[in-house]
Parts: sequence; structure tokens; C-alpha cells
Amino acid sequence: MAIGAKRLVVGAHYGLGDWLAQRISAVILGGCLLAFAIVVLSRGDRSYDGWAGMFAPLWVKIVSLLAIAALIYHAWIGMRDIWMDYIKPAGIRLALVVLTALWLAFCAVWSVQILWRV
Amino acid sequence: MSASASPLTARRREFRNISIEQIVRYRLPPAGMVSILHRASGALLFLALPLVLWLFDLSLMSESSFLRLREFASGWIARLVLLALIWALLHHFAAGVRYLLLDLHVAIERAAAQRSALAVYAVSLPLTLLAAFKLFGVF
Repeated sequence: MAIGAKRLVVGAHYGLGDWLAQRISAVILGGCLLAFAIVVLSRGDRSYDGWAGMFAPLWVKIVSLLAIAALIYHAWIGMRDIWMDYIKPAGIRLALVVLTALWLAFCAVWSVQILWRV
Repeated sequence: MSASASPLTARRREFRNISIEQIVRYRLPPAGMVSILHRASGALLFLALPLVLWLFDLSLMSESSFLRLREFASGWIARLVLLALIWALLHHFAAGVRYLLLDLHVAIERAAAQRSALAVYAVSLPLTLLAAFKLFGVF
């Protein structure tokens, strides 16, 4: 089905961008998870100062925020796929998709506050 | 082989638009189980995101909130919830690596794909067990 002159909303390539974004964000998240696990497990320091100090440098905040951005986008595509697969009534699906977006936006803004308060 | 093709053997049951009471009896192959658990664990992590952020906030806000987090994490229910989230993360990670490899056409043959599905459990379950030991203070 074509909307307007050019834009196709169905067909073999519709959704490819999201498919690729899902994989790229997955690679970023997997790498971050491994790096985080190695850093945390190899540190002997279990004190508050050691933990909070880890998040003090600006670059750690920025990298953490980028990882959270990848997480939000990854979760958005995944949850949208779940709703599209199992929820057929358009009204309920739309409501769930909107709630998902709000839920994730809430988490994204909150994580900025958490990171920059340290 | 010829026996299964003969018209005398019962036709295999076909499942289309599986209903709820069929799901309970429907036995998925390992790859199918890994797949549905990948979804379920992803959805669980999505739902638990505010909880994880709240714990992260407690851990960073101040020395006293850090101690409050320790207190919170000493409760049994909290530990079970944390363990469920750790399992979800480990399963989602291990199954995710498998899917990325499948996308690269690694181990897409039937037998190899079944082995890699079992390998997902071989990674996620022992690590979850290790986390459980750590959480419940075995070591």
C-alpha cells in the first residue's frame, strides 16, 4: 500500500531499519554489559565512595547515558514487536504502544537525573 | 522413513493459531523454548526497568541511601526478585548472542542450532546458580 507518491508502508524492506537498530543496540549493550561486569567484579572496593567515584568522571556519565539510550531503543523495538505479535485490536495495541513509549521516556529522563546527581 | 510416509500412520497434528489450553501441552524444541524465554525475559527486564533505576539511584545518591540499598537487598523477597532479574539478563544476553551468530549464518544447520540452543542454557543457568549462591550468602 502506498501512502502519498513514494512511501511504501508494507513490503520486504519496511522494518529493515528497526531490525538493524535492534541488532546494533544489542551489540552495544552486550559490550557494555561485559565491560561493566569485568570492571565491577575485578574491583575489590565495595564501599560507597568507590562505587560512586566510578560514575564521577564526565566520560563515564556520557558512556552510561549512551548505553541507556541504546537500551531504551532496544526495549522500544522489542516491546513494540511483542504488542504487534499478540495484541490484535488496534485500540488496545495503540494504548499499549503509547504506554510503552511513556514508560521508556520516563526511565530515560530519570536516568539522566540519577547519573548527573553524583 | 517409508513408514512415516505411509498413509496408515496417523497424520501429525497441526497447530494453527494455538489457543491458551494448547500452549500448556505443546512441547517446544530447545530452540523454540530459548526463543520464547528470550521474549519473556526481555519483557520482564522492560517491566523491571524502573525498579532497577530506583536501586541504581539508591546506590549512587548518598552514603546513607547506599546503606538503605544494602538493607533492602538483605530481604528474601528482594533477593528472589533480584535473582529473577539476573536470570532474565543472563538468558537474554546468551540467547541474544546466539541470534547475532545466527544472523551471521553461524550454526544455522538444524543439529548445530539445537546444540547452540542448549549452549544458551549451559551459559545462563550455571551463572544464575552462581549469582544465587552469592545473593544468598553461600560464599
